[in-house]
Amino acid sequence: VPDLGPLWLTLQLAAVTATILLVVGTPLAWWLAHTRWRGRAIVEAITALPLVLPPTVLGFYLLLVMSPRSGLGGLWLQVTDTTLVFSFSGLVVASVLYSLPFTVQPLQAAFEAVGREPLEAAATLRASPLDSFLTVASPLAARGYLTAGVLTFAHTIGEFGVVLMVGGNVPGRTKVISIAVYEHVETLNYADAHLLSAGLLGFSFIVLLLVYSVNRRMPLRVSR
Amino acid sequence: LIGIRREFMLTRKKFGGAIALSFSIACAAPAHAESAIVAVAANFAGAAEAIAMRFSASTGHTVQITTGSTGKLYAQIKEGAPFDVLLSADSKTPEKLETEGDAVAGSRFTYAIGKLTLWSPDEGRVSAEPKATLTASDTINIAIANPELAPYGVAAKQTLERLGLWETVQPKIVFGQNIGQAHALVDTGAAQMGFVALSAVVGPEGNAKGSRWDVPQEYFDPIQQDAVLLSHGGSNAAAIAFLDFLKGDEAGKIVASFGYDSD
Repeated sequence: VPDLGPLWLTLQLAAVTATILLVVGTPLAWWLAHTRWRGRAIVEAITALPLVLPPTVLGFYLLLVMSPRSGLGGLWLQVTDTTLVFSFSGLVVASVLYSLPFTVQPLQAAFEAVGREPLEAAATLRASPLDSFLTVASPLAARGYLTAGVLTFAHTIGEFGVVLMVGGNVPGRTKVISIAVYEHVETLNYADAHLLSAGLLGFSFIVLLLVYSVNRRMPLRVSR
Repeated sequence: LIGIRREFMLTRKKFGGAIALSFSIACAAPAHAESAIVAVAANFAGAAEAIAMRFSASTGHTVQITTGSTGKLYAQIKEGAPFDVLLSADSKTPEKLETEGDAVAGSRFTYAIGKLTLWSPDEGRVSAEPKATLTASDTINIAIANPELAPYGVAAKQTLERLGLWETVQPKIVFGQNIGQAHALVDTGAAQMGFVALSAVVGPEGNAKGSRWDVPQEYFDPIQQDAVLLSHGGSNAAAIAFLDFLKGDEAGKIVASFGYDSD
């Protein structure tokens, strides 16, 4: 039986990342869906960068930025007495950046689908912007939240290149499941590699199946 | 009739010239200028490039170099990768390939003996007292190659055990997948120091700046790096010539200039 530590660590990382990204990504997606600012495309392009960049590029720059020699890494060391690189927190930072488009894009699409009319209607009934966001727009965009959350969670589980660059393969701290599979293959321990790989394959399929079937059954209840 | 004969003679003359010309080309280059793919353990990449350049210049053969950890290269060879020569970071892998019939029997030899050093890019951080250096409070992370995967990782672990520090410094240790990655973790400052290949910090173009403690050979089992002719390259003239060149004095000097002992 392979060591299941990397599995739990991976699930923790994915859960923390998805939670943070839903909190941070919602206002960003909301803003992107509603702003009329001309520079919107710049922000959209930056958000989408992790989709096209090889994870090694992101990982390499993160290694430099999180190194205690850099401003951010040095500050982190002073405040927490540990380095950001090679830590679980460092992996969370990396994952948040890496999975950002998987949260923002589905949410933005959902908010855009809701449109302005329900919000304007709410405003005429004297609902505050926050109130109409929480009680009108968010329930209508529920499907977007589900897609964003699940995809972010699943994408973080599939992370490899970035973690390889900044994680340092420390058991119980940064050795996630994809790294464990890699190591099993390199040490010719194919039995354990198969077990973890097949588990991950099955898990990923079930997650995507859920997203697609829920999406089909839960059409947006917006009349336009 | 005479006209026909003249034409025939002319043709023969042209033909002969062409044969002579192609013969002289063949003599300028080796019998057949061939090309081979040489799989090289990450730690030897720089030296292998230098040797390959000299090899091509003096023989006309070309070699392409592909690098990776020895374990990964082994897996790729087992899966049918078109490699002709393996320059391994250990002696076990070439032996294993030979036993398993993936390498030419009797072609194995030691091309370099690796040396280990504790290196930091910061001046004065690594002192002659390794115990004090490693346990210092401002030594937060120590990078080593993964001992499960890399011979230099095994050597680093043996060194720490010999120093009696393996348990003590365990929380500080971070792993690179191969010695090259361990080196990068130190070079970028992510880890304050690390056990790296001496070959990566000394070289013909000068030594890397910083401070280091060269680990005495008796602290770890010798990192004997063996080369082997793979079955895929069994009849490849370039591969065979490359191995011969690697055994020679000229290559030996390059090997030594990169911080290895040559056998």
